[in-house]
Amino acid sequence: MSDDMKNVNATDRPPLRAQNVPQNITRRHAEKITEEARKDSSASAGDSGDDKQYSLNDDRRVRTLSPGAMVAKRFFRNRVAVTGMIILVAMFIFSFIGGAITPYKEDQLFYRIEEQNKQYASVVENGEFRYASADGENFSSLAQSKFMLSYINQKDTFESGGEEYFYTEEGDHFYGIYRASDMKLVALAAYDVVASSDGSSKPPFEIQYNALRAFYGEEKTFEAGGESYSVEEDGAVLKGTQEVAYVSRFVVQAVMPDVTLSRQFKDELIADIQAGKSEFNFTDADGVMHTYTVKFEASKNAWSVLQSTKTRVYDTYGAPSREHPLGTDRNGMDMITRLMYGGRVSLYIGFIVIIIETSIGVIMGGISGYFGGWVDMLIMRIVDIFYCIPSMPIIIILGATMDAMKVDPQIRMIYLMLILGFLGWPGIARMVRGQILSLREQEFMTATEATGIRVSRRIFKHLIPNVIPQLIVIMTMSLGDTILMEATLSFLGLGVKFPFASWGNIINDVNDTFVLTNYWFIWIPAGICLLLTVLAFNLVGDGLRDAFDPKMKR
Amino acid sequence: MKKYIIKRVIISFFILIFVAFVIYVLMRCLPTSYLEEVARAKSMQPGSKSFEEWMEQLKATYGMDKGIIPGFIAWCGRAIRGDFGDSWKWTVPVTQKFHDAVWISFTMGLISFVLELLIAIPLGVIAATKQYSKTDYAVTIIALAGISLPTFFFASLLKLVFCVKLGWFDLGGLIGRNYQSLSAVGQLLDKAHHLVLPIVTLTVISVGSLMRYTRTNMLEVLNADYIRTARAKGLSENKVIYKHAFRNTLIPIVTIVGGSLPGLFSGALITETLYSIPGIGFVSYQSMTSGDIPFSMFYMVFLAILTLTGNLISDILYAVVDPRVRIA
Repeated sequence: MSDDMKNVNATDRPPLRAQNVPQNITRRHAEKITEEARKDSSASAGDSGDDKQYSLNDDRRVRTLSPGAMVAKRFFRNRVAVTGMIILVAMFIFSFIGGAITPYKEDQLFYRIEEQNKQYASVVENGEFRYASADGENFSSLAQSKFMLSYINQKDTFESGGEEYFYTEEGDHFYGIYRASDMKLVALAAYDVVASSDGSSKPPFEIQYNALRAFYGEEKTFEAGGESYSVEEDGAVLKGTQEVAYVSRFVVQAVMPDVTLSRQFKDELIADIQAGKSEFNFTDADGVMHTYTVKFEASKNAWSVLQSTKTRVYDTYGAPSREHPLGTDRNGMDMITRLMYGGRVSLYIGFIVIIIETSIGVIMGGISGYFGGWVDMLIMRIVDIFYCIPSMPIIIILGATMDAMKVDPQIRMIYLMLILGFLGWPGIARMVRGQILSLREQEFMTATEATGIRVSRRIFKHLIPNVIPQLIVIMTMSLGDTILMEATLSFLGLGVKFPFASWGNIINDVNDTFVLTNYWFIWIPAGICLLLTVLAFNLVGDGLRDAFDPKMKR
Repeated sequence: MKKYIIKRVIISFFILIFVAFVIYVLMRCLPTSYLEEVARAKSMQPGSKSFEEWMEQLKATYGMDKGIIPGFIAWCGRAIRGDFGDSWKWTVPVTQKFHDAVWISFTMGLISFVLELLIAIPLGVIAATKQYSKTDYAVTIIALAGISLPTFFFASLLKLVFCVKLGWFDLGGLIGRNYQSLSAVGQLLDKAHHLVLPIVTLTVISVGSLMRYTRTNMLEVLNADYIRTARAKGLSENKVIYKHAFRNTLIPIVTIVGGSLPGLFSGALITETLYSIPGIGFVSYQSMTSGDIPFSMFYMVFLAILTLTGNLISDILYAVVDPRVRIA
C-alpha cells in the first residue's frame, strides 16, 4: 500500500466480490415516496367531500421529487460534500475567470532595477620600485631583484648576468642604473610613475627618465627626441603648452580594459583620496556628474573606486508586494498569474484524461458485459494486461524520452493526456462490465429484446444510463487522482513543461534547497491549491456516492 | 481449491508474458537510450569511430541488434533462468543491483505498513461506530486529505519544518556525513534516523485509503442482521462491536492487506526519489530516466509480478478467511 501502489492499483476493489446491484433503487425509492405522499394527501382530502377528490386543481397536485432531485437533495444535505463543491467552484473561478481578469500574461516577464556596485578603478599609492628599461636594453627581472638587494644592503653596485651595474640616486626614490662596462644608462627605478595624459601607453623611456630628472632637479625643461618639454611643479609634463604626461606616485587603473581614465579624473580622485573622502564626485567632459564610492582595501593596500550602475534584471523571486500578491518566480513571472494558468492546465488535463478514459472504458466494458462469452473473455484479458502494466514507470520512461527528443511543450501536453488516458481505462471498464452483467439479467432488458431494439441502442440507451451514477462517482474520484498524477510528473520535470505552468511544475522549484528555505510563497500556495482541488474532487465524489446510494440514508 | 489456484497461476503466467512483451516492445521502440549516449560520448573522443559505428558495435554487444520478436524470445529465455543481463547505468548485473537496493525499500515499506495498520484500522472502526459524529467527520476528512495530499508537497513541507527550521534530520540520503566513523550500532541508528521522514511520508500518504476501506466495511457489517440479533439478545455494546462486528470486518481487511503484501517490495518511487534513499524505487527512477533498458525491463516486469501475486493472494485469502465463499 505504498504511494506507488496507489497509482498502480487505482481502484481498491477487492476481487471476486459480488458487485452491489443497483436495481434502480433510486427510482424505486422515489416511487415509494410518491405513493406515500399520495396516500397522505388523499387521506386529508377525504374529509372535504367526494367531488373534490377527483378534481385536478393545483392544490390537489402532489409535489414529488424526481430521482435526480432526490439525489441533489441528499447531496446538498451532506455538509462535507457541499464544502468540497464550494472549493471546486472557487478553484474554477480562480483558474478560469481569474486567468482572464488578471492584468498579466502567463509568461510575462518582470524586471527590476538593481543598483550594482561595480569596481570601476583602482588606485595604488606606489610603495615599491617600478622599472623602465632604455630602448634596446633588457633589464631583466633578475637584474631588478639584484638591484633591490643591493639597494637594501645600501651598496651602489650589483652584478647580474655577467654584467656589472652601478646606480646613482637622482631624486627621492629615483635611481638611474648604468652598466659598468660601457657606462650606459640602461634602466631607471623609481617610486613615481610617468604616465601619458591621454591614458594610452607609457611614454618612451627617454621622456620618462628626463621628466623624472626634471621633476626632482633644478632644471625644469628637457629635450627628448628633438622636442622640448617642461615639467610643472605638480608633475605635469608639457610639450609646448600641451600636457603630454605627468609624474605621480599614485597609480590609477581602470578595471575594464576599454575604459581610459582622463588626467583630470585621476587628479581629482587622488586629491579626494588624499583628503580621506569616501565619496568621489566627478563631472565629466559632457557635464554629467558621476558619483563613486572609494573604499580602502587594506589587504591589497589599494583603494578601489566603485561605481554604482543601475542594471535592469529579471525580478526573480520577488517578495510578495502590491503588484505581485504572491511575488514572482524564478523567471520573474507573476506567481499568482502562473497559479491561475497552472490551475487551468491541471484541470484541462484532468478532464480530458477522464473523458478519454471513460470513453474507452465504457465502450470496452459495455461490449464485454453485454456480449459475454469469448468477447468478454478477450476484453477482460486485455484489461488484466493493462491492469498489470505499471503505469508510473511507463510514463516516467516516456517523459524522459520526450525530454531527450526535445518535444515541443504544447505537443508534449497532448501526448501526456493521451498516455494517461490510455493507461487509465481498465478500472472503468471493469466497473462498467460488472454493472452491466447484473443489469442485463433484469426484466427491462428482456423487454428491450422483445421489442426488437438494436443492440447498440440497447447497450448505450438502456444499459449505460443505468451505470451513470457509478460512472460519475468513479470519474470524480479519478479526476482527483489524475490531477495528482499529472502534478507528480510535472514535479519530476517529466510532465507539463515551461513555458506552460502547472501546479506540479511550479512546486518543482523546491528541488533547489534555497527556494525551499527562503521562498515559501513560490511553492506553498501551489501545493495548497493542488491539495484543495484533489481533496474537493474526493469529497464531492464521496458525497455523490452517498447520494446515489440510498442504502446510506441517514 | 487446488485446481482453482493452478488455473489462476497459469492465467497469471500468460498475462505476465503479454505484459512483458508490451513493455519490451515499448522499450525497444523508444528512439533514445543509454546506448546512444554512450556512443555519442565515445565518438566525441579524438580519433574515434563514427557515432553510427559505435552504435552498431554497442547494439551487437548488448544484443539489441535482433528484431523485436527474436529479441523478446531471447530475453524471456534468459529471464526464466534468472539472468536479466547487466545494467547499463550501474554496470553490474541487474539482479545484483536489485538485491542491493530492495531491502532498504522493503524495510521502509514494512515499517510504514505496520504503522498504517495500527493507525487506520482502529480509527476506521471508531469512525464507523460513531457514524455522522464529529469523530467520524474528522476521520473521513483526515483520510481524504491523506489520499489527496501530493507526496512531493507533503515531503517538502516536512523537509522545511524538520530539516530546515528545526534541524532534526538531514535533507536527504540514507547515511550521514560521519557514517564511516560510527560503530555498528551507531551506523544502524544513523540509517534509522534518516528513514524517519520517508516512513512518516509514506504512512501519512497511504493511511487514508485503508482507513476509509475499514470504515465502509465496518458500516456494512454494522447494518447486518446478526448485529441486530446480537444487540437484541442483550450483549454489551463493546462485545457487539469488538467481538461480532470487528471480526467480520476483518475478512475484507485481511484480504486487501494480504493482497498488498507483495507491494512492499515494489519500493516507493516518489518518496525514495524525494529523500534520495537508494532503495529500489530511486534506483529504478535513475535507470529509467537514463534509458537503461535491462534494468527498466526488469523493474517493470517485477512490478507486474507483484501486482499479479497480490491479486492472487487476495483472491485465495478471500476464500480461505470467509467460509461462506466457495470456489468452484
